[in-house]
Amino acid sequence: MDTESTYSGYSYYSGRSRGSHRHGERSRDHHKSRSKDGSRSEKSVTINAPPAEPLLGDSSVLGEEVQDDNWGETTTAVTGTSEHSLSQEDIVRITKDLEDSVGLDCRRYFSLTLAVVLGLLVFLTPLAFLALPHLLWPDKLLVCGTACEGLFISVAFKLLILLLAVWALFFRAPRAGLPRVFVFRALLAVLVLLFVVSYWLFYGVRILDSQDENYQGIVQYAVSLVDALLFIHYLAIVLLELRQLQPAFSVCVTRSTDGETRHYNLGQLSIQRAALAIIENYYRDFSVHNPALLTASKSRAAKHLAGLKVYNVDGPGNNAATGLAHSQSRAMIAAAARRRDTNHNELYYEEAEHERRVRKRKARLVVAVEEAFTHIKRMQEEEQKKAPGDVMDPREAAQAIFPSMARSLQKYLRTTRQQHCHSMESIQQHLAFCITNNMTPKAFLESYLNPGPTLQYGRERWLARQWTLVSEASVTSGLKEGAIFLLKCIDFSLVVTTKRIPYIQLSEEFIDPKSHKFVLRLQSETSV
Amino acid sequence: MSSFLSQLHFQLSCALQQRIEICKLRQGEHLILGFSIGGGIDQDPGQNPFSEDKSDKGIYVTRVTPGGPAEVAGLMMGDKVMQVNGWDMTMVTHDQARKRLTKKNEDIVRLLVTRKSLEQAVRHSMM
Repeated sequence: MDTESTYSGYSYYSGRSRGSHRHGERSRDHHKSRSKDGSRSEKSVTINAPPAEPLLGDSSVLGEEVQDDNWGETTTAVTGTSEHSLSQEDIVRITKDLEDSVGLDCRRYFSLTLAVVLGLLVFLTPLAFLALPHLLWPDKLLVCGTACEGLFISVAFKLLILLLAVWALFFRAPRAGLPRVFVFRALLAVLVLLFVVSYWLFYGVRILDSQDENYQGIVQYAVSLVDALLFIHYLAIVLLELRQLQPAFSVCVTRSTDGETRHYNLGQLSIQRAALAIIENYYRDFSVHNPALLTASKSRAAKHLAGLKVYNVDGPGNNAATGLAHSQSRAMIAAAARRRDTNHNELYYEEAEHERRVRKRKARLVVAVEEAFTHIKRMQEEEQKKAPGDVMDPREAAQAIFPSMARSLQKYLRTTRQQHCHSMESIQQHLAFCITNNMTPKAFLESYLNPGPTLQYGRERWLARQWTLVSEASVTSGLKEGAIFLLKCIDFSLVVTTKRIPYIQLSEEFIDPKSHKFVLRLQSETSV
Repeated sequence: MSSFLSQLHFQLSCALQQRIEICKLRQGEHLILGFSIGGGIDQDPGQNPFSEDKSDKGIYVTRVTPGGPAEVAGLMMGDKVMQVNGWDMTMVTHDQARKRLTKKNEDIVRLLVTRKSLEQAVRHSMM
């Protein structure tokens, strides 16, 4: 029913992104939830007395009464999918998908500028250490001997390696915008900053002030700085990349609408990074969410409630909410039991009939497609010179044979309620693709007979920017045994439960290869 | 009273085991006894259908030829052969048992057998 009341146990996270509400998002959410329930034909006026939920981010919620008439206002959780990360990004790639970046650019650009400043500071510091003595007191400096010049080469190459390493680790297009700051990156940035600042302090006090003449010592100091930076980079690799590789938790991900479940093994991650990994796996493994398949169960549920109308004559109740809810549900269950229930019978025959229809349409479709494919033949090289007349490229060939299978394909898609997933243009494109790559009719049909993962379909189904992380624990805290959180998309959500992978104790048993000996089992009978 | 009891005891211990005397029959150049044996310490005791204890590796009578000397002497299928002419048969291999029964210079074999039904019959009569 109320999809929101099921989350009464969870508190919506709040706080940091309050300032970055995307108002466009909110109104879209409102509209969607309103229209969703407008479509349900018969809705009984059940009075929900939800427990006091700390729903945050919406001022209207705090004034929520027992009569839950304006529940439409209270459904919005703050969508915190801001593009916030501390990575040193390629500036060019930021400007993709402008429509969703309203109001967030300042946060993103702030982190980007911070990262750029830090990077410049890190790279220019050793060079500054080396150059400043020459600029400030060139006459007092001792001549740089061979060892010192050798150190120059060392500094140069180490800086080059550091540059490449930083490019490899940090110069990547951000793959996601997480709700909270990436704790390890922030820690590393702070560490680097502190480190460089302390080196500068030492340099300023001991070398600049006293105008040290020992240039070799200064060069060695710069080399030690670069060495330490390389070690910090090693620390960054370990913290950011290596630590979560060893699997420690097994998460069970269930889609709330149809119960499709998968299990994944994750390492020690914070909840938001685990959510990111799960969503990326969702796009690969779960079949596409098709709301049209759920209408049958919804109509059944509506029919159940249609017969019963329950009114609360006591007004906004002061009685214990649970007591009220109990008596309501008991009354409804009793009434339902008394009614003669033939729903299971209907369901059974309906499903059998649907099965039959689908199979018939599928048979017709397969035959039509196979026949259509026989009209096309790949032209060989020699023939190209002989008959230049009727030559078609793949798109034209697809358009030529499409009409003969269009009708049966359309009927099949309608029966399996997939017709809105595939547009005619996309079907023709797929057909051209299959023809180009010498695929059989069966290969062409595979994507229509079985629902594939979400990425297979058009971009409008991806909904990659609509994910919300709903969690009781802080999203930057690590995964723990028994952690439960939700990943909400617009009209479905993924329920994630965590279990620790058990500690495995493996013992050894040695078998001597010579110990494999066998005897015959005899049972003979002799007559005497 | 005590003599009665001792007599009963004697009967018990004798009745649990039966002595059977079989005269071999000459058929052509073979002397046959008219039954088949199974079991032995080199055999698989689990497949013996007649034994109560499936780890019993003794020699059992698996078949009695109808009208043969063994049937005439009163040997029954399922009997466990304990001794043959004084030779112990509880710890012998299958081949040794066969040899002890088919010695060419003996015309008569005296078997000591035990039978499940005997024990049951005695127990019933005791009650």
